[in-house]
Amino acid sequence: MSELLIKNGYIFDPISGIKGDKADIAIKDGKIVDKVSSKAQVIDASGKTVMSGGVDIHTHVSGPKVNTGRMMRPEDKFFRGSYRGGIIKQGKRMEMGFSIPSTYKTGYAYARMGYTFTNEAAMPPLLAPHVHEEFRDTPILDQAAMPVFGNNWFCFEYIKNKELENNAAYVAWLLNATKGIGIKVVNPGGTEAWAWGENCTTINDPVPYFDITPAEIVKGLIETNEYLGLPHSVHIHGNNLGNPGNYKDTLDTLRLAESYKAKNKFGREQVLHNTHIQFHSYKGTSWADFESGAKEIMDYVNANKNITCDIGQVTLDETTTMTADGPFEYHLNQLNHIKWANVDVELETGSGVVPYIYDKNIKVCGIQWAIGLELALYAKDLMRVHITTDHPNAGPFTRYPCVIKWLMSEKARKETLDTMKWKDKVIAASNIASMDRELGLYEIAMMTRAGPAKALGLAAIYGSLVKGADGNVAIYNLDANDLPSDPELIEAAFQNTAYTIKEGVVVVKDGEIIAEPHKYTLWTKVNMPENAQVMHDIKEKFTKNYTVNLENYAVFDEHVHNPRAIELDVA
Amino acid sequence: MKAKKTLNMITQRAVEEGIAMEIGKTSRQYFDACSIIEMNEQDMKELGIMKNTNVRVKSESGEVVVKAVVGRQTCYPGLCHIRQGVWANQVVPPRTQSTGAPQYSGFPVTVEPVPNERLKTALELVQGAVGMWKGDQ
Amino acid sequence: MPKVIENVGCPYCGCSCDDVRITVSDDGKDILEVENVCAIGTEIFKHGCSKDRIRLPRMRQPDGSMKDISYEEAIDWTARHLLKAKKPLMYGFGSTNCEGQAAAARVMEIAGGMLDNCATICHGPSFLAIFDNGYPSCTLGEVKNRADVIVYWGSNPAHAHPRHMSRYSIFPRGFFTGKGQKKRTVIVIDPRFTDTANVADYHLQVKQGHDYELFNAFRMVIHGHGKDLPDEVAGIKKETILEVAEIMKNARFGTTFFGMGLTHTDGRNHNIDIAISLTRDLNKISKWTIMAMRGHYNIAGPGVVWSWTFGFPYCLDLTKQNHAHMNPGETSSVDMAMRDEVDMFINIGTDAAAHFPIPAVKQLKKHPWVTIDPSINMASEISDLHIPVCICGVDVGGIVYRMDNVPIQFRKVIEPPEGVMDDETLLNKIADRMEELKAKGEA
Repeated sequence: MSELLIKNGYIFDPISGIKGDKADIAIKDGKIVDKVSSKAQVIDASGKTVMSGGVDIHTHVSGPKVNTGRMMRPEDKFFRGSYRGGIIKQGKRMEMGFSIPSTYKTGYAYARMGYTFTNEAAMPPLLAPHVHEEFRDTPILDQAAMPVFGNNWFCFEYIKNKELENNAAYVAWLLNATKGIGIKVVNPGGTEAWAWGENCTTINDPVPYFDITPAEIVKGLIETNEYLGLPHSVHIHGNNLGNPGNYKDTLDTLRLAESYKAKNKFGREQVLHNTHIQFHSYKGTSWADFESGAKEIMDYVNANKNITCDIGQVTLDETTTMTADGPFEYHLNQLNHIKWANVDVELETGSGVVPYIYDKNIKVCGIQWAIGLELALYAKDLMRVHITTDHPNAGPFTRYPCVIKWLMSEKARKETLDTMKWKDKVIAASNIASMDRELGLYEIAMMTRAGPAKALGLAAIYGSLVKGADGNVAIYNLDANDLPSDPELIEAAFQNTAYTIKEGVVVVKDGEIIAEPHKYTLWTKVNMPENAQVMHDIKEKFTKNYTVNLENYAVFDEHVHNPRAIELDVA
Repeated sequence: MKAKKTLNMITQRAVEEGIAMEIGKTSRQYFDACSIIEMNEQDMKELGIMKNTNVRVKSESGEVVVKAVVGRQTCYPGLCHIRQGVWANQVVPPRTQSTGAPQYSGFPVTVEPVPNERLKTALELVQGAVGMWKGDQ
Repeated sequence: MPKVIENVGCPYCGCSCDDVRITVSDDGKDILEVENVCAIGTEIFKHGCSKDRIRLPRMRQPDGSMKDISYEEAIDWTARHLLKAKKPLMYGFGSTNCEGQAAAARVMEIAGGMLDNCATICHGPSFLAIFDNGYPSCTLGEVKNRADVIVYWGSNPAHAHPRHMSRYSIFPRGFFTGKGQKKRTVIVIDPRFTDTANVADYHLQVKQGHDYELFNAFRMVIHGHGKDLPDEVAGIKKETILEVAEIMKNARFGTTFFGMGLTHTDGRNHNIDIAISLTRDLNKISKWTIMAMRGHYNIAGPGVVWSWTFGFPYCLDLTKQNHAHMNPGETSSVDMAMRDEVDMFINIGTDAAAHFPIPAVKQLKKHPWVTIDPSINMASEISDLHIPVCICGVDVGGIVYRMDNVPIQFRKVIEPPEGVMDDETLLNKIADRMEELKAKGEA
């Protein structure tokens, strides 16, 4: 029986409401417990900050498009930019890559930052075995993946015909087949349109041939999600990402959730998670008069409790954009003319990959940077606004500590702003320079573990230090009562933990990987009666349209690494 | 005997080669599938080569004896083709233009009739090249 | 009672067909019947249950003969030689599942050696072009369901990918392509009048080695400069170029499948680079995708697996031990062989002795040579050690990546010959043994 006692740290645990009190955390057999015996291994956390293991609600770390990025960008392997984190082989395997790190580096780097769970943001169902192969080779981290549904032909047809139960049965079947956790929607309808070289840029643009609109798709999927009572809500990347003036389309998308209420047994309160909302908060009519729409967007989010979001903070790095939003990547490439990869996936989705340089000497990049921070600083309920960089789209996840620094320190924001060539224009197009709010450690704990865990419906396992949760703990070298005045020291503390503990095992000590225990693949198992109509439809589409046989489509059990099912029953 | 003429050689897959390879590289089928050169009839005429007789193919990096045929998948005059495999690789230049991929297609060869020369087996060619061939057991 | 196994994957070409039907004998050892498969696939399954399969590793003796040894001895010999070598090379993986390819990455990371796959001599130039220009592609089902214009350029599926045209491209009736071949225009660009050209609507008999010029000509037309074309480019008449370009422009969904005809000839990666540029151009006015006709059923696999492991798809230099390096031309197998840089060679799941130019084989043979392969082939017959393994898709399953990078889950259909290991198990044992030797200070 392994026992661990973390003594005298400053505890920040929003789920149980502990705000920096000095207390002990006990872990037995991998779970948080009230107390342990005197034989327990003791970690002295005095003068340090203690939080549960970090939870990333939206990150592209595993699977086909991530790997397309790795494959097509040999120049990314040693690239650092201004990033200070280095590579030293610490774990069992090499660590390679900056914006699109290898699976091994992904596991190690998250662990060093105190993260123990990530949610892969987009899994093309047909390519699910690939995602699971990468999970196997990503050490330490527990992982889940969201299959994409927003351009799926089955869903189009069921939603168009108002067959909610059939759509639910299909979604449940696909979650089981792909070992996925929840419903991801990317540019609803737009990616299908892209298969013909077109797009849907508003929620009312009809999808070619299928006679359905993005609004109908989103509402249909919200209804499906709540009918099933899935742990997470619908997770949306809406239409018209990345374009000036799109905040109106974003508000349109958010309003689709207005009449819905969350129904689930997992403590989740939202019905819609709008991911990387920074990319959706743009005003202006062109890149010339481009400006922030953060205020309008966050006013709406603040007022509507059934919505959560993550920020998708631009980190001002050279990075690699990748999304199931195929038309977006094509248009981005039309702007920067670097290389472009695209993969349209039969009956289901598409994707694109384009390298991108967020240059602080380009006005638009500076404004994008400001918008992400504004969104977080305008937020009233930080349990509903989460830190992400939409890794690697707005920047690599290894920059989270830098994002935390910007949010905790006005001085740090000013310093970055001062390095921008078009500083005055950035200031004119946003409110960032006038915002003096500085977030505290409790708020950071909300944004990086408690909030995401609750939104994912996983707060009983992750993002919390309450009894029964997994014994995942991050201990940072930060004296909560005496925070350093130099913001760089805050960043450094979040970059490398004093300790990261995964299920009661110390995996990182003083920023070094020292153990690689087992990890889990989380997925949602919906128990419901088989739906004969849906099974018939599935068989028919596989016979006529897919190029893979139905019997080879679902991920074989032997290819799912250490599965851990979140179960729910639907009558 | 006519004057030597430089042809442009390529080497590519063929279904016969694919089948034979799976049967085995020491099989009769593999030998039959791969020890031939496909040429344009006009070139054969000019070079004094009778159909289905043996020829010596020489390149900058080696030489090999194969049987000349007019393939079903025809070559234009000046182009010739040996199916991917052991015989072709006796003459394929290993130069890669710094890409890793050898010059499998598009290199100059001379082809001359040698009706009385014997075709070697795959094993004889490969083991022979590395000094291991001990003759037919 | 014989048992029928359906939905079996075929371990031959990059089509990675997964609809094969196999009838297996009562005892699970023999394959009685093979259906839904091309002539080549049939031979693979037949060979799989051959009584002549090698069952034990064989070590070359001083007199040149081979002697059976145990797997344990073979593993130890390989591990010791790998640790002793300064720059060992493991090359192949045309016929290995991804699990084996992942294990190979572990072996060579521990050994500190070079790791390369058959792409190095096939679609390696395509990787170089992708590094420079990206890869606007799609899955094969998109072609089946949507494509109305198909281009095969420097590829000959009638021979190299026998079911490609019927399953994915020209003939199938898909969702938006209910009329199948009748509504598709097929363009074949090849210097030979191939069997594929025989079923095409247009055969452009490009002058061998001049593909780049022809791509350039098409780009000129797409950019609106068709009038300025010379009367003939790369052996193709101006009128034909204009006519075919018009078909490309008017496609609803077009796909270009390219093969060795472009990667093996002068220009190499530049031919692919411009093919990608043409695809990008065409997307301004239509919808176009491009795809490499990957040769083997899982030769996309090592590129995928090693990209997530190291960030590079091939030509890996792991000798630095704490970081990987890739530089084709320098770290590519044939180039290293020709410079005689490699001091041990492991040929796995391929036959370098048959498929490398012979001067490269001669160079590699100067050093210890291990062949890991189920069959007798040219490599096994010149190697110092031959270790037999299971045949992926026949007596071991696993994940493989089809030419469009779609993972296909292969099944085991018969029991392997008693005692024969699969690639993954064997390679992990070699890695374990190296770790053991290192820990003991014997290396």
